[in-house]
Amino acid sequence: MTSAPSATALYDIPGPLTRQRHRLYGIVSTVLILALLGWIIHLLFDTDQFTSDKWTPFAYEGIQELLLRGLGNTLKAFAYAAVLSLALGAVLAVGRLSVHRPVRWISTLLVEFFRAMPVLVMIFFIFVALKVQPLPALVAGLTLYNGSVLAEVFRTGIHSVDRGQREAAYALGMRKTQVTTHVLAPQAVRAMLPTIISQLVVALKDTSLGYLITYEEFLHAGKLIASNLDYDLPFIPVVMVVSPIYIGLCMLLSWFATWVARRERRNVKTKAVEVAPAEPGTLLPGGQ
Amino acid sequence: MDVLTDNFSLYGEGFLGTVQLALCSSVLALVLGFLMASFRVAPVGSLRVLGTVWVTVLRNTPLTLLFFAVLLGLPRFGLVLPFQVFAVLALGCYTSAFICEVLRSGINTVPTGQGEAARSLGMTFGQTLNTVVLPQAFRSVIPPVGSTLIALAKNSAIAGAFSVTELLGTYKTLNELGYSIIWSFVWIAVGYLLITLSISALFNVLEKRWGVAR
Repeated sequence: MTSAPSATALYDIPGPLTRQRHRLYGIVSTVLILALLGWIIHLLFDTDQFTSDKWTPFAYEGIQELLLRGLGNTLKAFAYAAVLSLALGAVLAVGRLSVHRPVRWISTLLVEFFRAMPVLVMIFFIFVALKVQPLPALVAGLTLYNGSVLAEVFRTGIHSVDRGQREAAYALGMRKTQVTTHVLAPQAVRAMLPTIISQLVVALKDTSLGYLITYEEFLHAGKLIASNLDYDLPFIPVVMVVSPIYIGLCMLLSWFATWVARRERRNVKTKAVEVAPAEPGTLLPGGQ
Repeated sequence: MDVLTDNFSLYGEGFLGTVQLALCSSVLALVLGFLMASFRVAPVGSLRVLGTVWVTVLRNTPLTLLFFAVLLGLPRFGLVLPFQVFAVLALGCYTSAFICEVLRSGINTVPTGQGEAARSLGMTFGQTLNTVVLPQAFRSVIPPVGSTLIALAKNSAIAGAFSVTELLGTYKTLNELGYSIIWSFVWIAVGYLLITLSISALFNVLEKRWGVAR
């Protein structure tokens, strides 16, 4: 991943003198980075973050259960949001590709609106104004946002299928629905799978917004432990336990997206369509 | 309707708070992102590692977790700053990872032959960078940078929930004053639409002026 950039417009392949110079830069920057790391660790020790008081709570079974329950709730919200936003995305994409003008207008309006609106505003609106429970409010907010982004992803996928495929299918006498479901959609989904998974990473990350509407998810459990006076307010330890798990989960899913992208690019079934890179689908709202 | 006219100063304050937050963090994100992108394409191994770790970790961090850690965690190290500054730090660092990737892929779209041609004309590294590579990269990164900055403006709502002066935060005061909660949210939504659509329009203009069709 961090091998030397082989083909870039910036440098030639370095000669012996340049390599020597680069080695010198390398040593200096390594020393600087290590010094920075050392300073952070010193700061952690200096403010007594590693005292046993602050780390004992993690040895208690009750607290471990609290954290695990929080993680379970996070994953539950993610599962609901993922399934529902895939469904909503499919519906909106079909709406945007429809031949009936009113259907197309309405779905375009919905997609553009929900994409331009911050997720948190929608979640707060559903939670505060419509007085919904935290979990359904969180799931609904995530679904509306990610569903409309996924609709755009599906639509881009359908459009990127080589147009000979569509023409051939029509020439064989297939109906409009048959063409979409049997010819275009399978290839589009294959090509867009990396982007779809990356968008699900966004959904997973955004489940942490549940913390702000008092949904009892992972971060909420961490906050409960962190604000406990008995353990000398173990805030930094909580962050050091919670964040690797959160970041690790998201990284796993991101790597899965990259892996899928590499696999699909070699697949013969994606010959007629270009496989998208593993990046969350963000296009300029209002544009395109 | 009278929710807006009665509380125009409150809404105005929140709106300006969001704009200010978005502007400051955009500047931080662009600067840090440029720095990290230059680290990631550098011929020095340790800088590349630093850039890669920065991007990989921050791209996979939930922003709420980052806000949680920065706003409530940094004061534990005896660092006392206004909440607004902490919010700018969190939002700027988070977005810098995305900007970095956009800039890096922009630099990678410049064909190798361009750099080779520049060097064979005897241009120095600085000249190659400033007159050949960066101008071309700049043209191809306009739309993705626009998308990233729109995402930043939308993410600033999270700061509002952490009690920084911000547009979303105004709903609490209005709720206590007894105004219709639905209408106060409608005006908050209009405020955000105004911001995101104007960024979008700005970048469409930039794209028309400088963008190239590839």
